[in-house]
Amino acid sequence: MSFIELENVSHSYHRGQEHEFSALRGVSLSISQGEFVAVLGANGSGKSTLAKHLNALLLPTEGRCLVAGMDTADMEAAWKIRQQVGMVFQNPDNQIIAAVVEDDIAFGPENLGIPPEEIRHRVDEALETVHMEKYRTFAPHLLSGGQKQRIAIAGALAMETNCLVLDEPTAMLDPQGRAEVLSTVERLHREKGITVVYITHFMEEAAAADRIVVMEKGRIVGEGTPREIFARPDRLRKWNLDAPLAAELAAKLRERGFRLPEGIYENKELVGALAHLASGRKAMAGEQRCP
Amino acid sequence: MSIEFKNITYTYMPGTPFERTALRDVNLVIREGSFTAIAGHTGSGKSTLLQHLNGLMSPSAGQVLVDGVDLNGRGSREAKRAAMEARHKVGMVFQYAEHQLFEETVFADIAFGPRNLGLGEEEIAGRVQEAMGWVGLDYEKFKDASPFQLSGGQMRRVAIAGILALHPKYLVLDEPTAGLDAAGKEKLIKEIVQLHRKKKMTMIFVSHNMDDIACLADKVIFMEQGRVLLHDTPEKAFRAKEILREAGLCPPQICSFLEELKAAGVPVDTNALTVEQGIENIMEAMGRA
Amino acid sequence: MLSDITIGQYFPGNSLLHRMDPRVKILLLLFFIIGVFVFDTASSYLLFSALTVACFIFSRIPVRMMLKSVRPLLWIILFTFFIHLFSTPGEEIARIWIFGMTWEGLRQGCFISLRLVLLILLSSLLTFTTSPLKLTDAMEYLLSPLKKLGVPAHELAMMMTIALRFIPTLVEETDKIMKAQQSRGSDFTTGNILQKARHIVPILVPLFISSFRRADDLAMAMEARCYHGGEGRTQMKMLKVTSVDYLACGGSILFGGLLAFLQWNP
Repeated sequence: MSFIELENVSHSYHRGQEHEFSALRGVSLSISQGEFVAVLGANGSGKSTLAKHLNALLLPTEGRCLVAGMDTADMEAAWKIRQQVGMVFQNPDNQIIAAVVEDDIAFGPENLGIPPEEIRHRVDEALETVHMEKYRTFAPHLLSGGQKQRIAIAGALAMETNCLVLDEPTAMLDPQGRAEVLSTVERLHREKGITVVYITHFMEEAAAADRIVVMEKGRIVGEGTPREIFARPDRLRKWNLDAPLAAELAAKLRERGFRLPEGIYENKELVGALAHLASGRKAMAGEQRCP
Repeated sequence: MSIEFKNITYTYMPGTPFERTALRDVNLVIREGSFTAIAGHTGSGKSTLLQHLNGLMSPSAGQVLVDGVDLNGRGSREAKRAAMEARHKVGMVFQYAEHQLFEETVFADIAFGPRNLGLGEEEIAGRVQEAMGWVGLDYEKFKDASPFQLSGGQMRRVAIAGILALHPKYLVLDEPTAGLDAAGKEKLIKEIVQLHRKKKMTMIFVSHNMDDIACLADKVIFMEQGRVLLHDTPEKAFRAKEILREAGLCPPQICSFLEELKAAGVPVDTNALTVEQGIENIMEAMGRA
Repeated sequence: MLSDITIGQYFPGNSLLHRMDPRVKILLLLFFIIGVFVFDTASSYLLFSALTVACFIFSRIPVRMMLKSVRPLLWIILFTFFIHLFSTPGEEIARIWIFGMTWEGLRQGCFISLRLVLLILLSSLLTFTTSPLKLTDAMEYLLSPLKKLGVPAHELAMMMTIALRFIPTLVEETDKIMKAQQSRGSDFTTGNILQKARHIVPILVPLFISSFRRADDLAMAMEARCYHGGEGRTQMKMLKVTSVDYLACGGSILFGGLLAFLQWNP
């Protein structure tokens, strides 16, 4: 059975008011335990609203959202769902609650009523997992953006969450911070088998996922492996997304008569294909020269 | 005419345990009409450098000259007035500039700057209309709207218009496209390029995106630990691999790709800054091969 | 300019006073404050002053910090001194126009001013040696018996924690907004009070808007981490009463006994 199951979920803000706005329109999606799913989409495509449905911060106005078999609309289940599905938000400053790093990581387990010694143990472990042991007594405002996001991840881990939902965690970070966050998430997925839902508009980050879901105007418009999604730059442009350089180059070279295989989106694939073509031409030229 | 940094050093909280030197003996000349990009990772001194450009920060040592006038001119009232005028020649668009909006209408917010300059109402209205046109906002449609009801990209434009209405000669932009999606980013970049081309506005911008820098800039500054490592054309800058590494920066994606291709045995010219140029180089190499 | 402001006056250290349980420190402070009011002989003031100075030396707080903590209230202290000096009836020392200085007034003024100084010093000793976070925890613990009376002890403590967390962030943000508006020609330094007040609007509005956004985000983040009030909540860092605290309490009781003896058995 899948871990997260969205059945025809719609969500409208300001319902029944004059500026009613539907952010999700009939979204169905299922995510299995241990999967790494990236959600891509331009601003306002509904991807953040989707994320907030996954741990009962928002409830569907229509349809149903199940997490580990529990309905998010069930008030009793909400706390269990939130313990299992940890959230990391976009703004690193606005999700750290305590004035000391280790106290912040302890915040989740404290709310769950875990005994003090156990919390201490979990906090130490979570800090180690995100490689932030050295900063345990720091004040959050002295950390870089990437470090703050790693603290937020540790805060979720300390609740023994088995799924991480990251809502544009790198949108406000510099390249170094982005790399830090992505590699931490990838490692957690690989080593601890944590289910990851990674919302972003950076396609190079989405490329790390097993599966990509593309959203536009509250609907899922594309779904597939990174190769299936990225190999078609024309479609990406229509969705207001950038295409990976290799895919874009391959498309343009095909237009100019190069016979390149379909589905190229990584540099090394295009390099290989071009090198192959070049050696073929060289061989041909050689044959012509010595009949 | 130019902005000139002469031996600029800046130290935060001197004489305390928190003392930190953010700029070390920086010498720079940014010429009028140029499109200069500043790159360097967080903490390299970029922001401190930017804030010296319009006198928000005063150097601990050295001089900043805008068109030959010292921004921190002291002494006579004449010198002070000249310094004030020189500061006004430099417009500053901060990162996430929409956070500075505060008025009830788009018009009033954009008019805030010109009003501070003491201009007349007619002149102000003219400037607001003109600035909105430059950033692609319809005057009639948006002038009475609340800036807080707009989309993120539109708010950013209103904030930029608020600076443009001051008629700066030099425009400084700190990561102008941060947080915008592909479409919003492309549109804003186009508008900035238009301003540079048509209005001959000198542009100085900070970006982490080397692809953008390669496409847009005609001069590149790399910074690291408060020093200027390099100030040159992008062609030369992105070929200086040692300096790139020292600054902790990556070359534009197209350069890396061409390098890879060359390493795989295709004799391609690796000097390209844009995708189009890269394709030309690949075509040529493949034709030759 | 704004970044120079430090919040709380905590002086990190590892002295016995630093190691004491913050709850015990608060209770002992109350004990001494009452003491300063109850025992009003010259010898008890002398002993109190000696104790306070000893505590400062003991906790390795620089002497200039001691003086600095008194300075903001210097005018009030001087005012109190002169009021007493001139208004207490008794044997006159000198006369300025219609005001008479008296020996009794001099004595009274000295005592009252000294009392104020002692109060300030003892209280700052608490904030100098206790981190604001520990103080918050202690406040929550000490107020918790009042929950039955409707005092929201946990909520108050949580508010304090969040305030402590966000003050540096907001200071930074204010600095940024000020610079942005300065770049649009705003001038905060010149003009009369009315003009200055007007110049604050372009800073306050963006600051409010961003604070509301932060509050919204933060509420969401807290909920995502299962926050549902103080009920059923545990704490990683439990406050612990150790031998240092027993020692301090014992010493204080002895000190109190000594003062009581001096006061009532001349």
